[in-house]
Amino acid sequence: MAELKFAETHEWIKIEDGKGKIGITEHAQDELGDIVFVELPDIGKDIEKGESFGVVESVKVASDLYAPCTGKIIAVNSELQSNPQLINEDAFGKGWIIEIEISNEDELNDLLNESEYKEMI
Amino acid sequence: MEKDKLIFDKGRKGRIGVSLPECDIKEINISEHLPGHLIRKDIKDMPSLNELEVIRHYTKLSQRNFSIDTNFYPLGSCTMKYNPKVHEKIASFSGFTDIHPLQSEDTVQGALEIIWKLEEALCEITGMKKFTFQPSAGAHGELTAMFIVDKYFKNKNDYRKKVLVPDSSHGTNPASANMCGFIVEEVKTNFEGGIDLADLKEKINDTVACLMLTNPNTLGLFEKDILKVQDIVHKKGALLYYDGANLNALLGKAKPGDMGFDIVHLNLHKTFSTPHGGGGPGSGPVGVVEELIEFLPVPLIDKKNGKFVFNYKVNNSIGKVRAFYGNFGVLVKAYAYIYGLGAEGLKQIANISVLNANYILNKLEKVYNCKYNRNCMHELVLSALKQKNKGINALDIAKRLIDYGIHPPTMYFPLIVKEALMIEPTETESKETLDYFINVMIKIAKEAENNPELLHNAPHNTFVSRVDEVKAAREPNLRWYPGK
Repeated sequence: MAELKFAETHEWIKIEDGKGKIGITEHAQDELGDIVFVELPDIGKDIEKGESFGVVESVKVASDLYAPCTGKIIAVNSELQSNPQLINEDAFGKGWIIEIEISNEDELNDLLNESEYKEMI
Repeated sequence: MEKDKLIFDKGRKGRIGVSLPECDIKEINISEHLPGHLIRKDIKDMPSLNELEVIRHYTKLSQRNFSIDTNFYPLGSCTMKYNPKVHEKIASFSGFTDIHPLQSEDTVQGALEIIWKLEEALCEITGMKKFTFQPSAGAHGELTAMFIVDKYFKNKNDYRKKVLVPDSSHGTNPASANMCGFIVEEVKTNFEGGIDLADLKEKINDTVACLMLTNPNTLGLFEKDILKVQDIVHKKGALLYYDGANLNALLGKAKPGDMGFDIVHLNLHKTFSTPHGGGGPGSGPVGVVEELIEFLPVPLIDKKNGKFVFNYKVNNSIGKVRAFYGNFGVLVKAYAYIYGLGAEGLKQIANISVLNANYILNKLEKVYNCKYNRNCMHELVLSALKQKNKGINALDIAKRLIDYGIHPPTMYFPLIVKEALMIEPTETESKETLDYFINVMIKIAKEAENNPELLHNAPHNTFVSRVDEVKAAREPNLRWYPGK
């Protein structure tokens, strides 16, 4: 069963078998407005918790994406290059951004669960 | 109204605007001088119009311009003030326009004297010791300053890789630092809208080269703790950089040098009488304290035995950042402006720009949200959070303002204020204009309650109404293709 966790910087991570799919939350896409561009990282790159791994750009603002935990990027959602609106339409599903191999599961304990995140926003 | 055609779609094939006289020199055969693939065979698709059609086309376009000469323009942090026309006239004197940058120093003493005297005035205003006038605009000045910071540390064999910026900073600050190879880290803003000292202390260490600050900051608030900030930064051997975007609020009142800043960039085209917003020309001079003079771009302008000379002997200069000496016409206007107003006049700019902003804040703080409960400096940041509950966002309010003949304020910036509207009235607006703006803002707040659709579709009174900004950003097809 996949577990969903949240970062204070509005990314979600769906954790399953030591891998994590990462995207931005419904709340984040609503705040940003219509997304017009997503800058994706290269597959194979190592990212550290809190490091910026990409950018989402809306009509209003360009916003950095921060890694919720340390790991290696094993997949990116290249569909977003031609259809960035997938993030607006389905933030937790088709709008996923990258997938990583989690290198330190302990870090996940620092993240928020759904009710904690809802409370924060 | 008939939809306007592009100039390519107007006129008629073969029509021309002017009758050229017969060529009275011998024609050459161009193919003897250029390779065949570089010679254009025909010029179809070139617009073919007569003079009157051309005049009407461009006059109509110009009438749709929105400018400070026609309307109120409270675009926050841009200081869209009125710039007296007399300065344009002065800058266009033939003694200034008919000189060439390659002329010898002896023949341009007057021009050099103006730059030298302007430098003297800016040193007095900012508390710096020496300026370079090469940078062509604000961000160019920031980049130049970052090169200087980098060279300063490398010269001491002290390799520092980080630059700190507040989370309210202008986007150009992190961009300039990054362009220069620094890693950028953000410092948080505290509950009063100032820099969070605890967070600053946590992030500063001996890998930090510089803290970039704007004061007043982009929330339009004065950094009350600036002396503590400079102490924290300097104790770690780092430099303090002043982004001069908001200098208008401090003119003649407080000097960045006295606050502990080591390096300053100014926007002459904002603060010192050059119209801007059209893409140039601007001027972003960089001033430094004594210790950093040796890193400035060459040449500096010095005075020797009563004569003004270019000084290329700057030991550790970062080199040149632009051809020649800067946008000279902008320097002439800044000089005329500063000497026309004098010290008392400059103080009045600060007084009135701050008064005007606070007048608006006072009248609107109950109608819109205001995150920080403080008096502001030369600009104020409102939030449309109350209106957002009704489905109206900052963008809708900004667009509706256009219907009332007012340029939208800066929107969604600074990033730490939700639904931000950043308003800078400047000192050149009358009380009547401010009252009109205030009344319109109150009216729009009522419209947001009673008739939200009106705002969603605004503007209504312009030649082009609400444009599809999302489509424009996702499919930026700007090229015209023949016949399409």
